[in-house]
Amino acid sequence: MSLQATTSQTVGPYFKIGLQWLNRDNLAAEGVSGERVTIQGRVLDADGVPVPDAILEIWQANAHGKYDHPEDTQDKPLEPGFKGYGRIPADKQGGFRFATIKPGPVPGPNGKEQAPHLVIAVFMRGLLKRLVTRMYFPDDARNAGDPILNLVEAARRSTLIAKKAAGGPGALEWNVVLQGPDETVFFDLGL
Amino acid sequence: MTPLAGYRPPYPGTQPDHLHPLYVSSIKRSPTRPLVAIPYTLSEVTGPSFGPELVAPAAHDLTRQHRGEPLGERIIVSGRVLDENGRPLSNTLVEIWQANAAGRYLHEVDQHKAPLDPNFTGCGQAVTNAEGRYRFVTIRPGEYPWRNHYNAWRPAHIHFSLFGPAFATRLVTQMYFPGDPLIPFDPIFNCTADEKARNRLISLFDWETTMPEHALGYRFDLILRGRDATPMEV
Repeated sequence: MSLQATTSQTVGPYFKIGLQWLNRDNLAAEGVSGERVTIQGRVLDADGVPVPDAILEIWQANAHGKYDHPEDTQDKPLEPGFKGYGRIPADKQGGFRFATIKPGPVPGPNGKEQAPHLVIAVFMRGLLKRLVTRMYFPDDARNAGDPILNLVEAARRSTLIAKKAAGGPGALEWNVVLQGPDETVFFDLGL
Repeated sequence: MTPLAGYRPPYPGTQPDHLHPLYVSSIKRSPTRPLVAIPYTLSEVTGPSFGPELVAPAAHDLTRQHRGEPLGERIIVSGRVLDENGRPLSNTLVEIWQANAAGRYLHEVDQHKAPLDPNFTGCGQAVTNAEGRYRFVTIRPGEYPWRNHYNAWRPAHIHFSLFGPAFATRLVTQMYFPGDPLIPFDPIFNCTADEKARNRLISLFDWETTMPEHALGYRFDLILRGRDATPMEV
């Protein structure tokens, strides 16, 4: 039996009423182990105008590099109180902010380890299907050997790596730029 | 770990491109650089799961979320969630949102001069059962104008959001109603090149779920991406 996946459609401008019940901007409850980080940024369109009607979804491993999912069969512990999922709407100024822990490294292709990263889906009015990207962490030596970052031309890799921000240790900045010279790298997962 | 099976790429033309100029909002919000193809890793074949414990008992019935009943034509919207291999996807979260019967969303940005309904919020959630089935009770949403082009009207539709088993299977789409005269003119509906794929977004009137003297039934099955049969060479 072979069916075809349902066609994607935009979330439109009014997704808040349907999606806000599951908003999560604090991914790691108190007591969850790992280095605490807060990530703030903006979503910007072709003119550099902030996008107020966007929403981000985050998926990440815990500090041990383990996903809370049956397909992750690694012999690593799960963390009670940590699912690894975030849903963060942009505010009226196109800004977003969320708190989490830095994930541990997870396995990648050819047995190579991947540098710690978040996978991120971006939805907004004007996007007929989601955009998929990643956020890596600054000053992590493992970024240089990351098998996914190395598929991206060197000049554009910086769009995937957060920068340290004012606000103390763990404060990071990472933006979603839809077009222009600093356009964020988006990935093709086949859909 | 053993090599991972990826997810099947879409059949050509069955998914929209990011840029569809007739949908004007896509022009400044779609990427201009080619997407970077990456292999599936553990990060993409895993994903969050949300079980029934998260969903309130009345969350599937949008007509019973307030003191009174909403205005409009009560309908039953139900169907199955399957993957491309035809397997039912059980225990997966389905979220919906929609306009009220007058074509107005309960959202501060929606300034269409149509009345809000104090008995209708327009959002619901359900989790699929063992056979992949879901069911909502709601009211038929109204058509409404938008500013994409002169005299632009959206056909009646309900927004659907699904997770499936992995980050890779996430889907957001819209369900339309059979016979809606606005459908052929809608640039969002028409963003997908393949006519059959587009038309699968139109629900089917369904005698089987129609409840006598109570509500018409509409059937809308959703297909999430299926797994490749063999693991990728890695």
